[in-house]
Amino acid sequence: MTQTPAGDSIAPAARTLATEDVAVTEATKPTVVDDGNLVNRSGRGKKILIYALLVIFAIIYIYPFIVQVSTSFKTNGDAVANPLALIPDPITTAAFERLAQTDYPRWFANSVLVTVLVTVGRVFLVSLAGYSLARLNFKGRNAVFTGVLAVLAVPGVVLLIPRFLVLNYLGIYNTYPALFVPLIIDAAGVFIMKQFFESIPMSVEEAARIDGAGTFRTFWSIVLPMARPALITITILSFQGSWNELPHFIVAADDPDLFTLTRGVGQLTSGGLGSGNQFPISMAAALLMTIPTALVFIVFQRYFTQGANAGAEKG
Amino acid sequence: MSTLTTTAGPGTGRAPRRRRGVGQRQTVAGWLFITPALLGLGIFLIIPIVMALWVSFTDWNGRGSPFSSQVSLVGAENYAALLTEPGLSRQDFMISLRNTFYYVIGVVPLQTVVALLLAVIVNQKFLRGRTFFRTAFYFPSVVSSVAISLVFLFLFTSTGAINQFLAVFGIDGPVWFSDPRGLIHLIGDWLGLWSVSAPPAALAETQVLSLSVWEWFSGPSVALTAIMAQVIWTTAGTFMLMFLAGLQDLPTEVEEAAMVDGANRWQRFRNVTVPHLRPTILLVITLGVIGTWQVFDQMYVMTQGGPAKTTLTPAFLSYTAAFRQNQWGQGAAMAFLLFLIIFVLTSLQRYVLRDKDEAATRRAQRRQQRAARRKGVTA
Repeated sequence: MTQTPAGDSIAPAARTLATEDVAVTEATKPTVVDDGNLVNRSGRGKKILIYALLVIFAIIYIYPFIVQVSTSFKTNGDAVANPLALIPDPITTAAFERLAQTDYPRWFANSVLVTVLVTVGRVFLVSLAGYSLARLNFKGRNAVFTGVLAVLAVPGVVLLIPRFLVLNYLGIYNTYPALFVPLIIDAAGVFIMKQFFESIPMSVEEAARIDGAGTFRTFWSIVLPMARPALITITILSFQGSWNELPHFIVAADDPDLFTLTRGVGQLTSGGLGSGNQFPISMAAALLMTIPTALVFIVFQRYFTQGANAGAEKG
Repeated sequence: MSTLTTTAGPGTGRAPRRRRGVGQRQTVAGWLFITPALLGLGIFLIIPIVMALWVSFTDWNGRGSPFSSQVSLVGAENYAALLTEPGLSRQDFMISLRNTFYYVIGVVPLQTVVALLLAVIVNQKFLRGRTFFRTAFYFPSVVSSVAISLVFLFLFTSTGAINQFLAVFGIDGPVWFSDPRGLIHLIGDWLGLWSVSAPPAALAETQVLSLSVWEWFSGPSVALTAIMAQVIWTTAGTFMLMFLAGLQDLPTEVEEAAMVDGANRWQRFRNVTVPHLRPTILLVITLGVIGTWQVFDQMYVMTQGGPAKTTLTPAFLSYTAAFRQNQWGQGAAMAFLLFLIIFVLTSLQRYVLRDKDEAATRRAQRRQQRAARRKGVTA
């Protein structure tokens, strides 16, 4: 949960990317205006400083991932003796083989299942709710919207005990529904969809309505296809949120068969596998759960950017 | 929030023009569309909070239903045990508050500064491969905190990468995650102000809220510092993107005007860029405070509150009290106190950092609206 504050917040801001193109064309222009005649000396000094900083930060940010990859192919002894070495000596896949014998594959499958169910459910229900708040005039709409805004302010970690209480009360503690149902509805998602639907011109829907299409039909076949960018943003946030979620899975079940990746791997460190000097296994475990995130991130990078930036208008 | 005013409720002015049937159909559809979301939020957010509030006033031990007749109401006893009554519960809670306090004042400013620095670097137009570096800096923010915790556990082991790197400079690195010594204690010791092994009696013997003054002023422990470094590293990327959006909004004319006025680069940054980024800075700090007070994942995965309780946080303590020690009332009470802390701090922050001009215009607007409404009523 510590990582989601930004993801939880609202409103599309595609600026980062939109303006990037402008920036690139500007960069190709010769830079005439800069501190007048100081341009050469201080300009070069500045460039050296910026590049130096860039290299330092790039090492700090990329090195841990490289260490992670290389360590997962090391032997236990090699990992402890040469933690900085980038080339494993000898190269071994023992860590992955050991991991395959644990419950890891099951955790992985659980994570995939939960993530898919949460995402499908959320995209559908949140856009319905967003459309209702943006476009349908009904009594109590403003009150509902104010309620959604208030709910956004509830810090997630405060919900640990409350969530358990309600799951226990409903008798679904330690079941699959307990893992995914509570994660489906997300107030921030409702807000994002509402904002997006408000930006679509009204005339499109009115034309459909005059043609006799019902409200749901208008929503489903006219408006929703136009909302593709927002839907992708919701999908990304939902994937990221449920794949990385830990506290909810801790309070929703304690049956090892229902462990997801975060829950199962989180316990590697306190018990058995990750303790002592078995770092290759814990690195391999971390690596395999990072790969799906990396793939989604690379494919949909620009939607991640928007999701993260979605906080700008909240205040 | 401006949307609230633009969606001026149904039935005001516009509605009579519509045919009645359409209005009714919209009401039905509107409620149908929103109901699943409301049910979801109600059942898994609002009702649970009410249930937990009830539990925080009981002595429920986790067996049976918290609403059965065997569970007795204990009034504010759980809250008292945490705040006013001397004892182990209060001591643990105070330790967790102290730890988190140091954690927050360490992480929030640093992650804000690092994020701004990264944004300024990545925003340099002459830089090649800016997209690549932006991606690299942002990537940790989207990776699971559990996966990152495992990597950092490895980097920070006693013979790990960090200590080997420090050894290059002749520094003998600590055993990070099992070192409970406080940073302020260590610095004072190093400066010769006091000795960690024999703390000044005046500080060690004065008790304030179940902790000695000496313990209050420990600073974050070495173990907590390592977690802080990890969190700054992880979250700076997200905030970098926010700053980047802000920086790219800055009109070049303004900066050029400052340049013409002879402002140097630092002056321009201080007097043009930073004021322009003010709303973003406020947002980043607010989100930072909200996020850091909730820290839980790292404690669960890496330290379980240890060594010597120096990485105990209210969120983790609330979890252990309820799920491991079956003191559900006290766990719930802690959760609500944490909620209160976050709420008060963010409100305070908004108030202190609010833009004075903006506040004034908003007040004026509200006054105008009220006047207009009054006029409308009388007319």
